[in-house]
Amino acid sequence: MNMLVNKLADPVALVDDTSIQDHENKSLLRFIACGSVDHGKSSLLGRLLFDAKLVPDDQIETLRKDTGQLTGSDDDLDFSLLFDGLAAEREQKITIDLAYRFFATAHRKFIVADAPGHEQYTRNMATGASTAELALILVNAQSGLTQQTRRHALIAATLGVRHLVVAVNKMDIIGYSADGFAAIERDFRAFADRLGDVELTFIPVSARKGDNVVHRSKAMDWYRGPTLLKKLETVDATPRAAKSAFRMAVQWVSRPTPDFRGYCGLIAGGEVYPGQEIVVQPSGQRTRIKEIITANGELGRAGIGRSVTLTLTEDVDVSRGDVLADAAAPALVSDRFTARIFWMGEGALAPGGRFHIKLGTAKAAARIAGPIELIDLAQDAATKPAESLLSNEFGLCTLELDRALAADAYAENRETGSFILIDAESHDTVAMGLIEHASAQRETAPVRTSIVGHAVVRVARFFGARESHSRSIAKALSWRATGSIDTFLIGWIITGNPAIAGSIAGTEIATKIALYYGHERIWALVPWGRR
Amino acid sequence: MNDVTFTTAQARASYLDQLEAESIHIMRETIAETERPVMLYSIGKDSSVLLHLAMKAFYPGKPPFPILHVDTTWKFREMIEFRDNRARELGLDLIVHINQDGVKRGIGPVTHGSELHTDVMKTQGLRQALDLYGFDAAIGGARRDEDKSRAKERIFSFRNAHHRWDPKRQRPEPWRLFNAEKRKGESIRVFPLSNWTELDIWLYILRENIPVVPLYFAKPRPVVERGGTLIMVDDERLPLEPAEVPQLRNVRFRTLGCYPLTGAVESTATTLDDIVRETLDSRFSERVGRVIDKDGAASMERKKQEGYF
Ligand SMILES: Nc1nc2c(ncn2[C@@H]2O[C@H](COP(=O)(O)OP(=O)(O)O)[C@@H](O)[C@H]2O)c(=O)[nH]1
Repeated sequence: MNMLVNKLADPVALVDDTSIQDHENKSLLRFIACGSVDHGKSSLLGRLLFDAKLVPDDQIETLRKDTGQLTGSDDDLDFSLLFDGLAAEREQKITIDLAYRFFATAHRKFIVADAPGHEQYTRNMATGASTAELALILVNAQSGLTQQTRRHALIAATLGVRHLVVAVNKMDIIGYSADGFAAIERDFRAFADRLGDVELTFIPVSARKGDNVVHRSKAMDWYRGPTLLKKLETVDATPRAAKSAFRMAVQWVSRPTPDFRGYCGLIAGGEVYPGQEIVVQPSGQRTRIKEIITANGELGRAGIGRSVTLTLTEDVDVSRGDVLADAAAPALVSDRFTARIFWMGEGALAPGGRFHIKLGTAKAAARIAGPIELIDLAQDAATKPAESLLSNEFGLCTLELDRALAADAYAENRETGSFILIDAESHDTVAMGLIEHASAQRETAPVRTSIVGHAVVRVARFFGARESHSRSIAKALSWRATGSIDTFLIGWIITGNPAIAGSIAGTEIATKIALYYGHERIWALVPWGRR
Repeated sequence: MNDVTFTTAQARASYLDQLEAESIHIMRETIAETERPVMLYSIGKDSSVLLHLAMKAFYPGKPPFPILHVDTTWKFREMIEFRDNRARELGLDLIVHINQDGVKRGIGPVTHGSELHTDVMKTQGLRQALDLYGFDAAIGGARRDEDKSRAKERIFSFRNAHHRWDPKRQRPEPWRLFNAEKRKGESIRVFPLSNWTELDIWLYILRENIPVVPLYFAKPRPVVERGGTLIMVDDERLPLEPAEVPQLRNVRFRTLGCYPLTGAVESTATTLDDIVRETLDSRFSERVGRVIDKDGAASMERKKQEGYF
């Protein structure tokens, strides 16, 4: 396998050894690359391309000009510039927007979403992660895990990325220390149970020197795992929903002649075949698939990711926005959904907010019904009640639609479980949404459930509502100091005895602090009279 | 063990099928969500693929939009011939627009330079045509791998009433959820080939047997060498220096545009197979042949902000 990697690194050998057919048949992997500024993400991606001999000569020329390095070995170039984009970004020396890059080896084509690291650009990361099967997370070996690393991992996992590859970079600076690497891996695994069902891989690399990027490191013979390129080439790229039930959102109804009626769409889950019993959602009509039509002829079967035109055995009413689903395992249909929201708008998202929702190919009007809970990425995704969500924050809330739509839980299907919210005035895309479940009855309490755990949320809501603990305690203490001085003075004046006044005030301190705290917390739960 | 068979079945589906499916999805979203879409057709290999995908997307019907070619009047003659043949064969609704104002002013690449010529005949010509017919969405064949400024462009890319692009106001495009809602006066450029590379384009042309302009194949052609670039003498409008004599060289083009602005490369690739091999083996990115891109690293971004496609 090692030899293979080296061969890949040589496009000439590649032409000799692989037939064009092999190229046509390779698979596709989308991955997102993220890391804090200066951890070496651009350098690593640039190094990956360079060592895989995928950087055209004219780009290396340009790189030399841009860096003023007109002589010297190619190996010493600053590869980070290969990943640099818009002019404004070049000035600030950081990548501001999500950029897509492409490269291909004989085994795979890669689409890389290159996401900026800063917190204010979380939206770019979330966007890139939404279609990625793998996330490459950069950690600086020198500084270890940071708050950002944890955020990036949490965002990737929340958005359904299945494989996390943690590249511990700048190993050269810590003397290629196995212990240093092991310590970072330990730290990461310590919080990784929050990430749910993801595969973790740790790779020690040096972007500067090229260790374990394409070529196996000589300086780190203690490392037995794959190089970065090998991991990227061999990871399972099949979407989770490939194995789930058939789904297709109807994009367009094709009626080229009066007697033909086909439903166009991209298969978003499972497989479809002629004769299969399906249900049209939300209407609930059942029928069967007649033909799977493509320009290359009719198919006997079509799987996830294919764009097809389906005809049905009966003349049922189907239009854009409807979902065709396996009748044995249909999607949820509801006008109320509990969802995780990633807010990207400029203002805040508050209960009552109204939007257009685009869910699959369906559009509707949506309103945020009931309270919002913040999913705190700085606290390993703990939830707590919040008045509103600010830009780049994740939250959990219930949406009320003006009509019922079909959807799945995001954990089941990323395509049919996701939506965007559009601002009705500016028409901007202001939120990404991940469906948790349908909330059936309108009569029940506003927000009843949360996947993150009933108990946690309830406890957090009781103690954490609007005012923080420490604030309540500080208020209790300051009020008590004022009150007890008052009690002492009044007691002294009435009894004329400072010792008695002192003991009354003394006992009162203890009991009333407790009473006040309780009283405060109860009021904190009562919305009445608040503005 | 169901799992195993499934995964292998998946693996067999080529990545080209995935790219194809996604591009078709984007075209179908465009016609479903916009009022008056048009497809831009520049006759090159990307346009050939785009057209082929449109034929597939709406099969058994025809693409429900017209095809627009903004003719700068300086295209290779073989391109124009190819365009007219294709439109006839496929029965397409082809619109050819020429900026008549530019023609009257006698604008050309030789007399006015590449920048002004491109701006007047291509950029302004395109705006005129979009405004004239009231198209609210233009499907184009640009790819993100073409240059750095395109790497960040969205698939649904908005232009204001003056056709300007604002890289700071781009909408996020998570999943496959494209937001095609327009503000007043805005129009959309849609790029279904965003995630394709030059190699993907050729592999797909090969697999699907898509007709392309013969200029992509090597053949002896009359060229002159200028500043290291081989320019083909396609007609008598190209002024020759006194000492300049066109030589017959075996050349082909990796990208096609206005002939005085398009460099040829020496090559022996005469079949699609040869071209794919040459592309795989290539040590130069395709834009090397484009004179218009040599104006500096940030120039493309500037041009795009001004309304270049
Ligand atoms: N010693 C060493 N320096 C590195 C390595 N990778 C990146 N750097 C340096 O770290 C700095 C930041 O790298 P860059 O790729 O721009 O980081 P980004 O902000 O994450 O994209 C640059 O000065 C790089 O030269 C490495 O593996 N070893």
